Amino acid sequence: MVSDKILLDHGSGGRVSHELVERLFLPRFQNPWLQDLNDSAVITVEGGRLAFTTDSYVVDPLFFPGGDIGALAVCGTVNDLAMLGARPFYLSVAFILEEGLPLKDLERIVASMAKAAAEAGVHIVTGDTKVVPQGAGDKIFINTAGIGVVPEGIRIGGREAKSGDTVLVSGTLGDHGLTILSQREGLAFESPLKSDVAPLSGLVQEMLACGAEIHVLRDPTRGGLATTLNEIARQSGVGIEIWEEALPVRDQVLAASETLGLDPLYIANEGKLVAIVPKEEAEKVLTVMRKNKYGREAALIGEVTADHPGQVVLKTLIGGSRLLDMLSGEQLPRIC
Amino acid sequence: MPLKHLSEYRDKGLARKLIEAIWKRSHKPLRLMEVCGTHTMAIFRYGIRQVLPPHIQLISGPGCPVCVTAQEEIDRSVKLAGYPGVMITTFGDLFRVPGSRSSLQAERSEGADVRPVYSTFDALRLAEAHPEKEVVFLGIGFETTAPTVAAAVLEAARKGLDNFSVLSFHKRLPPALEALMEDGNLRLDGFLYPGHVTTVIGTAAYEKVAQTYGIPGVVSGFEPVDILESIFMLVEQIEQGRVQVEMQYRRGADPQGNLKAQELMDQVFRPMDASWRGLGLIPESGLCLRPEFKAFTAEERFDLRVPPAQEHPGCACGAILRGIRTPPECPLFRAVCRPDHPLGPCMVSSEGTCAAYYKYGG
Repeated sequence: MVSDKILLDHGSGGRVSHELVERLFLPRFQNPWLQDLNDSAVITVEGGRLAFTTDSYVVDPLFFPGGDIGALAVCGTVNDLAMLGARPFYLSVAFILEEGLPLKDLERIVASMAKAAAEAGVHIVTGDTKVVPQGAGDKIFINTAGIGVVPEGIRIGGREAKSGDTVLVSGTLGDHGLTILSQREGLAFESPLKSDVAPLSGLVQEMLACGAEIHVLRDPTRGGLATTLNEIARQSGVGIEIWEEALPVRDQVLAASETLGLDPLYIANEGKLVAIVPKEEAEKVLTVMRKNKYGREAALIGEVTADHPGQVVLKTLIGGSRLLDMLSGEQLPRIC
Repeated sequence: MPLKHLSEYRDKGLARKLIEAIWKRSHKPLRLMEVCGTHTMAIFRYGIRQVLPPHIQLISGPGCPVCVTAQEEIDRSVKLAGYPGVMITTFGDLFRVPGSRSSLQAERSEGADVRPVYSTFDALRLAEAHPEKEVVFLGIGFETTAPTVAAAVLEAARKGLDNFSVLSFHKRLPPALEALMEDGNLRLDGFLYPGHVTTVIGTAAYEKVAQTYGIPGVVSGFEPVDILESIFMLVEQIEQGRVQVEMQYRRGADPQGNLKAQELMDQVFRPMDASWRGLGLIPESGLCLRPEFKAFTAEERFDLRVPPAQEHPGCACGAILRGIRTPPECPLFRAVCRPDHPLGPCMVSSEGTCAAYYKYGG
């Protein structure tokens, strides 16, 4: 059934979202910067290259263990800049507030944005506020845009993965998405889940500073690791193989996903990155990552191959293999 | 919620030993059916087909509740969504299944109030929080979910909630197993029975299949080691010429089932004839609320009669659910029928056979 209306699936970050971008936005806005479909656009200006990006944030609940919508709005945009190797400098912020939002909630959100911005070393230099009548929005929506500078000699992007490269991930998978879902469903676990929301610009700067060659950086947000790797495989025209036994997933995330019938590989992360680097650089980059507090549990999870271009294959624990497709539609609660 | 023990059932070394034992012990060509959609998914997720000897064929059965929901039932839920003031609550991906002319998802984008929930009690809470709405829970699933719906109905009665009702699409597994066996098209050597349903109903129905049709079975858990061990147990039975119902899922199920859950189900539901996609009308294979719970029966509150349903021509879900065709043999599969554009329920449900083949590249 092809719907002539926007469905929630269009916002899932999976296949349907990609179709919307590729069929509706790209042909009309056509230009080489957008065409690259990276986390940020890289624009050459006199004296250097700028990375430029924007993102909107809607989340229910607004406050959750490990963070809130404000931290997400700053970190998400900072991370999108960092994924092109850029050093983030300036953000804009636009709020759409629903009539009736408690002022103290807004204060708390703004304080959290200021804290995240300070940590990431960015300034929020321009902004806008709109208020819509009750019912026309959901408490608060935030849009941020960001500008960063790409240092000379850096060439990082979704098209750069090469056969023989190694796939690294900066830490455990699924923490953010499962925290949000467990909050919504009122699930309690022995060791509580916590969102991993964090600015990754510091980690990326350290990875670049060690002198290693880095081909791709990407943060596996909506759609999770599986969707991110699929994007990279398609953009670079390579195959990717990952190993189930190497994937870092916390016990409580595994428990929550079993309970809810979800797959952590398709769950959003907000403080993790995937790095694709030449095999001989892997150890060096991993060592640097593990020294940073946001990369302590970094792991080598797979490799880039010339086989099955455009596809991601998971080697299972028991020695079988399966195709890891993009997320198709939103993940929904299972029945039994 | 300690789930640490999971690692034991995902142990690589244990799995490897079982795989070796299966290769060593199995000589005859075998057709084994996993009845349950959760098994189908696990088999794909862990790549179990690829590690078995090629002469062991795993066939997916009719155990995905969304998949076997008849088109007409989808049409009734879509009609229900159109009534003003109705809030539909349900679990699972019933939400996306296309009916004859629309789906609940499409109705929601048109303004209908449709909410996926994780528990029947969430639906009760919504009914309490929204006295201005008629909250209807779409009861779907086998004997695993029916007891919780029964408990919710009893709770609603206790609280005197008058804006809560249930539209029951619940199905019973035993009559479907028999219908499957009576259909002469399916040649089978063994059944992998679902651990979860067995926790509730016990093994009596499987004993009957073993005695009447001479087909052995093993009740299996859902982790890779569970499934491999169950396949090994089936291989042993078949190679030794035994026909028994054995229990691999000892940590979860008991041969007599959960008597309390059975009682609860009996108290609220009674069997009725029901239509299954792929299998047609099967006597006593559905569950409806008993007359004393008429007040909580959605059909009593809304006219849910619909014209005869139209399934997508060419959709092979029916034959796939009976294990006589596989998804790649359906002309629509992958070409026009995909998880985000499904034409039949087997592609919609996360436990559907077509979705499994699509997602995991079967």
